[in-house]
Amino acid sequence: MVKKRLGKIKGFSIQFLPYAEIRGLNSDERIKKILHLVLENNILFLQGRLESSEETRLIGDTMAMIGHVRGFKGVELAVISENGKEGFFGKFRSNLVSAIAGGDIGAVTIIGPATIVKEIKRNPKKIELLLKG
Amino acid sequence: MAIKGFTNFFKRIFLNMFKGKKELKLGFYGPPNAGKTSLANRICKDFTGEEMGTVSKIPHETRTVQFKEKVEIEYKGKKMLFKMIDTPGIATKIDYEDFLKYRMKKKDAMERAKEATQGVVESIKWLDDMDVVVIVLDATENPYNQVNLTIIGNLVARKIPVLIVANKIDLRKSSIKKIEAAFPEYEVIGISAKYGKNLEEFYESIFKLAKQA
Repeated sequence: MVKKRLGKIKGFSIQFLPYAEIRGLNSDERIKKILHLVLENNILFLQGRLESSEETRLIGDTMAMIGHVRGFKGVELAVISENGKEGFFGKFRSNLVSAIAGGDIGAVTIIGPATIVKEIKRNPKKIELLLKG
Repeated sequence: MAIKGFTNFFKRIFLNMFKGKKELKLGFYGPPNAGKTSLANRICKDFTGEEMGTVSKIPHETRTVQFKEKVEIEYKGKKMLFKMIDTPGIATKIDYEDFLKYRMKKKDAMERAKEATQGVVESIKWLDDMDVVVIVLDATENPYNQVNLTIIGNLVARKIPVLIVANKIDLRKSSIKKIEAAFPEYEVIGISAKYGKNLEEFYESIFKLAKQA
């Protein structure tokens, strides 16, 4: 039964990308690297998060690729980070850590191809990665 | 010195007289099918008598950025001039097969998907040009969507004032509280663009926000 359900997924892998891998890259290179990995059917767990302008750029570039790359239908994306509830000193500490590390390394960015990841369902209590069956 | 002070005084008065006539760019952003065009239509209909765009149950009905210039919104005797900008819904994935569920022909569905992807790119480009932005969310949907967070993050980085609207409060499944919990740092106004519910509160917030722009 399980085999039958999973039969439609052609194959994918889950890849963890440490922030150090993208720290030295510029925005263009970061987005290119991420989308390249996604196109290879990887569900990517990226340590840290992109800047907000890079996140929009990623969405824009994703849209530009739909229709140009055969079978590509976009991505599912979610960023898990502390949502500003840590108070003044908590914020100061995380900003300091981010400044030293060169990015918000406390966050995790999940990104996967929409042909494999149906939905990344979130609510304040849990995060579910739903795959296409 | 006295002459300089005198000229500055008149300059200030003159500038303030024309400042009120400046047309603020009011953008409507959000995910597809949240009711951006319905809200923009409602405002335009109320103040100009004309609508802005067509609405549909099929997602991505708005696939190009729509404008309506010189929309003068009046609220409690005060007037403000806006250029309304209705944008295509932003998404991270678009699959033409989703449109087939609405009995659309494959060719039309593929064309719609292509136009929708271009629309998202156009929406993103316009983010830079806004003075004030209304994020329209469907109050029946889960607000913890990365697209919403990304758009808001971008607007904050650009220091553009944001108002979050929880649309479709006429539906039983809707929850303003969920949206308020997801965005505790922002003012959330619950409305029904379809039935014109709670628009007074919306206009009040728009006037407050416009002053920050």
